[in-house]
Amino acid sequence: MKKIFTRPESLNDIPFHYCPGCTHGIAHRLVAEVIDEMDIYERALGIAPVGCSVFIFNYLNIDMYQAAHGRAPAVGTGVKRVLPDRLVFTYQGDGDAAAIGTGELVHAAARGEKITVIFINNAIYAMTGGQMAPTTLLGQKTTTTPYGRDKDVNGLPVKVCEMLAPLDGTAYLARVSLHNPKHIAMAKKAIRKAFDVQMRGDGFTLVEILSACPTNWGLSPLEALKWLEENMISYYPLGEYKTPAEEVQL
Amino acid sequence: MAKVLMKGNEALGEGAVRAGCRYFFGYPITPQSELPHYLAKRMPQVGGVYLQSESETAAANMVYGAAGAGARVMTSSSGPGITLMQEGLSYLAGAELPCVVVNMIRGGPGLGNIAPAQSDYLQAVKGGGHGDYRLIVLAPASVQEIIDLMQDAFDLADKYRNPVMLLADGILGQMMEPVELSEEVLVQAPEKAWAATGRKKGGPRRLINSLYIVPEECEKHNIELAQKYAVIAKEEQRWEEYQLDNAKLVIVAFGTCARICKAVVDRARQEGLAVGLIRPISVWPFPNDVFARVRETAEQFLSVEMNMGQMVEDVRLAVEGRKPVHFYGRVGGMIPVARDVLAEVKKLYNGGAV
Ligand SMILES: Cc1ncc(C[n+]2csc(CCOP(=O)(O)OP(=O)(O)O)c2C)c(N)n1
Ligand code: SF4
Repeated sequence: MKKIFTRPESLNDIPFHYCPGCTHGIAHRLVAEVIDEMDIYERALGIAPVGCSVFIFNYLNIDMYQAAHGRAPAVGTGVKRVLPDRLVFTYQGDGDAAAIGTGELVHAAARGEKITVIFINNAIYAMTGGQMAPTTLLGQKTTTTPYGRDKDVNGLPVKVCEMLAPLDGTAYLARVSLHNPKHIAMAKKAIRKAFDVQMRGDGFTLVEILSACPTNWGLSPLEALKWLEENMISYYPLGEYKTPAEEVQL
Repeated sequence: MAKVLMKGNEALGEGAVRAGCRYFFGYPITPQSELPHYLAKRMPQVGGVYLQSESETAAANMVYGAAGAGARVMTSSSGPGITLMQEGLSYLAGAELPCVVVNMIRGGPGLGNIAPAQSDYLQAVKGGGHGDYRLIVLAPASVQEIIDLMQDAFDLADKYRNPVMLLADGILGQMMEPVELSEEVLVQAPEKAWAATGRKKGGPRRLINSLYIVPEECEKHNIELAQKYAVIAKEEQRWEEYQLDNAKLVIVAFGTCARICKAVVDRARQEGLAVGLIRPISVWPFPNDVFARVRETAEQFLSVEMNMGQMVEDVRLAVEGRKPVHFYGRVGGMIPVARDVLAEVKKLYNGGAV
């Protein structure tokens, strides 16, 4: 019998702790598949955040670092400067990368630090109980915006790809979504491209992944994917926001 | 061996390079800026990396990444910047990562001023960041000692997998003195099997981590750290003693203060007063051993500091209430004057009568 689907080598055979319908698991899997396909696990170094995905360091079968809230791009900078031939990536939520760690994110990008940020935008702080994130949509109810996010009170949502695109240090920026298989395949392509661009030494790379948090959104797994598709994509348009002048060979 | 004239801040940089440090991440602040200036020039000459970070918070976390990757790495700052580094220091200690951090203390609290002070003593030796951890803290008193202690600092950091702080005040950074430079150390850091540099085929996965979500595991981690700190506390006490023989009054001072107090001891001895000095070189671990000995014979102690009385608490602990411990301090960038300290010594010596 021909095997057409199997666990990536770079993903450990242990159960995820994520809620049913959480897309963190899919994002982890995509990262692991790309590392396998690039045959690079001996040279891949990941940096785990705080937030729901902190345990990515248990799931990926590679050497990993756990960083303070938001500081992963600074940690990645330290790692990459010592080991310039390694693939160094951070995996960060929106609270991590777009709130407490904005300084580290923007400056790693501005320096053209040769690392990749996998940025999970689920429009919420999940682990701490569903508070507003910088990426929470206007009108979206969270535990700290019980009446819905109001721009006059809470400010406007942050668009990370658009924010980083004008910086000369960024080499590849893309926003993808995990709401259906077609888009999951596109997300994987973007991760592969970001890693290839990094290894070529072009500069800073980031893949923003629109993700579902059924638990904190108070929706079923299927409703959550639908909510993502119908509400998030219009505010956070998908696509490549920055690509290198010269295309990478996949 | 060549004798050269060097500024303290530059000596910190040269000492680090000679100790095999090849990575520096930092952010400007007075009065330590000559150190980054020096390393920005020097690191590229030895194939190292100098990187100016966007903040002290980032610098400490860059150090975390570089240390986790197995490098000899350092950062430096002063008061307000060290405060921002505390987050990183707690994580570095929690993940047991070796590195060296320089605090060239200025006047505080808040923005204070850029004049020399010793007012970050408690922050350095009692924690500063969150959680149950310790830094090894070394306090040089001369430019030569800066160079020598820098080698020790990196060696101790690697030996115990723990951050080491060099604690000095602005005067030491600015002071120029002749120093003897040993042969340049060309070796990089020792082999670090625990460093996360990429999983070898069939080899174990390496984690640089301070997260222990299960309370039992977190307790175990804290107990193991405490056991390590207990070994350091026993094995790594460093101090200089000066004229302690039959001293009735013992001055305790570190860094620049100790230099001034040496002159005080000399003058007091000339006047026939049995006064001696203990200069802690390691302020954590505090040199309790010498106090255990001296507290039997001395009649009283005087802690002289450039703060409102921080180390005096450790002196009291070391003396265990057996003898009176007094305090004399100047703050805000004011430096104790030998004449004034001598007057204080005489007052105490004569039972408080002037
Ligand atoms: C300095 C600091 N402040 C606050 C926290 C608490 N905290 C843990 S996770 C988190 C939010 C994470 O949200 P996000 O990055 O969006 O990840 P998600 O949980 O949504 O996956 C916060 C605030 C922390 N760990 N450290
Ligand atoms: S709380 Fe949300 S982000 Fe966290 S595991 Fe559950 S679904 Fe995923």
